[in-house]
Amino acid sequence: MNLPPPPGPPPRHHVLSVLVENRAGVLARVASLFARRGYNIFSLAVAPTHDDRFSRLTVVVDVESAPLEQVVKQLNKLVNVLEISELDPRDSVERELVLLTVTADGDRRQEVLGLVERFEGRVLDDGADEVTVSVEDHPSRLDDLEELLRPFGIVGIQRTGRVALPRLESGGPV
Amino acid sequence: MPTNGGSALIRALELEGVEVIFGLPGGAILPVYDPIIDSPIRHILVRHEQGAGHMAEGFAHATGRPGVAMVTSGPAATNIVTPLCDAYMDSVPMVVITGQVPTPAIGTDAFQECDTVGITRSVTKHNELVTRAEDIPLVIRQAFHIATTGRPGPVLVDIPKDIVDPVNPRSALEWYWPTDDEVASSLPGYRPTTAGQADQVRAAAELILSARKPVIYAGGGILKARAAAALRELAELTGIHVVTTLMARGGFPDDHPLCLGMPGMHGNYTAVTAMQSADLLIALGSRFDDRVTGKVDAFAPEARIIHVDVDPAEIGKVRRPDVPIVGDCRVVIEELVTAVRDLSGGDVAAAQPDRTEWRSTISGWQERYPLVYEQSTEGDLLKPQYVLEQLRDRAPEDCIVASGVGQHQMWTSQYWRFNHPYTWVNSGGLGTMGFSVPAAIGAKVGRPDRMVWAVDGDGCFQMTAQELVTAATERIPVKVAILNNAYLGMVRQWQEMFYDERYSEVYLSPDLPDYVKWSEAMGCVAMRVESPEEVGPAIDKANEIDDRPVVLEFRTDSSEKVFPMVPAGRSNSDIVVDPSQPPPGGLR
Repeated sequence: MNLPPPPGPPPRHHVLSVLVENRAGVLARVASLFARRGYNIFSLAVAPTHDDRFSRLTVVVDVESAPLEQVVKQLNKLVNVLEISELDPRDSVERELVLLTVTADGDRRQEVLGLVERFEGRVLDDGADEVTVSVEDHPSRLDDLEELLRPFGIVGIQRTGRVALPRLESGGPV
Repeated sequence: MPTNGGSALIRALELEGVEVIFGLPGGAILPVYDPIIDSPIRHILVRHEQGAGHMAEGFAHATGRPGVAMVTSGPAATNIVTPLCDAYMDSVPMVVITGQVPTPAIGTDAFQECDTVGITRSVTKHNELVTRAEDIPLVIRQAFHIATTGRPGPVLVDIPKDIVDPVNPRSALEWYWPTDDEVASSLPGYRPTTAGQADQVRAAAELILSARKPVIYAGGGILKARAAAALRELAELTGIHVVTTLMARGGFPDDHPLCLGMPGMHGNYTAVTAMQSADLLIALGSRFDDRVTGKVDAFAPEARIIHVDVDPAEIGKVRRPDVPIVGDCRVVIEELVTAVRDLSGGDVAAAQPDRTEWRSTISGWQERYPLVYEQSTEGDLLKPQYVLEQLRDRAPEDCIVASGVGQHQMWTSQYWRFNHPYTWVNSGGLGTMGFSVPAAIGAKVGRPDRMVWAVDGDGCFQMTAQELVTAATERIPVKVAILNNAYLGMVRQWQEMFYDERYSEVYLSPDLPDYVKWSEAMGCVAMRVESPEEVGPAIDKANEIDDRPVVLEFRTDSSEKVFPMVPAGRSNSDIVVDPSQPPPGGLR
């Protein structure tokens, strides 16, 4: 039941895909540049690419905190940064993973599991009064899920931050 | 050839053409100091690591070559943070080598351990912790490459003790020297732009040829790019006036008829007002610093902007240009000269609008608002401006002058005549008090053929004076003029003008310390000058001494203020002139 991203107000953040050298200290350079220039990082995900000399960062930058052009130009000045592209949400595929531990006791257990199923999530850990589930989806859908589960009682949550790649030219959402 | 990390490091510095290292040894860097004994590189032993950093900067300012400083780990590394930040703000090419605790001890809070690369990350163009001896030659080559290309800046290389200590097997390596190509391919994310985009250069040339009130806004990039000759050609070809920012002093001759001098908070009235009234600003290697623009929204409101800079991040950072050009200043100015010639069909003057009125407006401002102060007469308190004029007139024209930060710095920039590039050494962006004594020493080491004066304030002098011991020991005959007004003068000026004359923590005393005794104790010749008639003879005497440092202490009038002044946060149109001059009635 994968849905295209819902139409709505323009995004409050920019998504930057940053190709960097895969070596010690590079993440710290990027992070401290953001801190030093007063740019807020909304989320950040990083892992090596298929070529292990390089890593790709997906950085979500708060739109309000900085003119995007300066962010990109300052990032480009870092010697270990190779390439930066802004991913327009309309022209990219975006995903995020969330792990959630939710109170699910008695009658409410079925309701929680039903919601998780609607989001094509999986139960990773099953306790007496709680379940831990994982859901992978568009970040805005994870926001929705979070809202829906909140009344049951969210005990723990860890989101990965969004990862994104440009949409293929003739492609569409799958 | 088998070698060890310490010898490889010194060898690498020799191959990079390093002739002088400013530094101070300590535990973690000891193994690198051992091979220095056998190296042709001159090492200058400083008295405080901050001095080493500013000396390296002074050397770089005066020679255009990267300055090199080497210090140990921990407190030595933190002591050199200020010079790194200073060099970063002013784009000074510098390579700093710091010792580090052995790799197995990193992260254990070992003795004299600190996170040097973490601490210096935001004040260096690049830094690197080397963890393997075999990486040393490549990292040193990369450091010099990065420090000197594109927008220059400081690079720090942090070297753990175990990879340079010959008794440690981890220091062993097979010597090699990477080629330029290997250096370039080892830095896949580093590709500085040099030439400007042709269509942008042409668009800029078109704007230049159609402007009625153009001004060239020359910044420190002119000097970094060695573009002074190109700038002069462009100015003379087009007849456009030039302002030289604090960082660009000497980049265009002060005695040139097209030179308007320094703009900004303490710039002269004409430079400030010409920019403010211009219909075109040609910004060359300048960065629209707040001290130049005043209130940004009100800066040069009618001007279109051509902005040339080697750093793309400067373009549009403060003011969005109409024509952005990323490239090396010298290359782009040469391209502009060609484009202007081509577009005008050879007769540049005929291709431009008549600028007679603009020229006469400018000369009207110059006549109405020259720099002024009330002359000292016999028995009066010394005026600092008078001291500067005397220093200037009694020094050879190619004399290098360094300054600290504050009133004396502004007076030096205002009253010196900078007719040659690389004669002005100062801390612009960071505004580092205490810069001048060590920077002057570095400049003199780089240019031993030149006379070098440090103009300092009494507050600044007390921050780094100990480096005169270095100068005396190493026979580096710099000259220091202390303008002793017994105050942190610029702070006092602000308190007088903007804090209801409430002088909070700003008085220093003229007599404590005794600058003459102190200087003599450091191995200098020292003289105190208290009245106007003594000024000239004392300077002449100082200028004759060439075998040791000289310090002249001038007791100056503490009530003297720097004018003109654009109060902080105000529009440049609100410029305040000397009280003896008629207040300007707005623009024009």
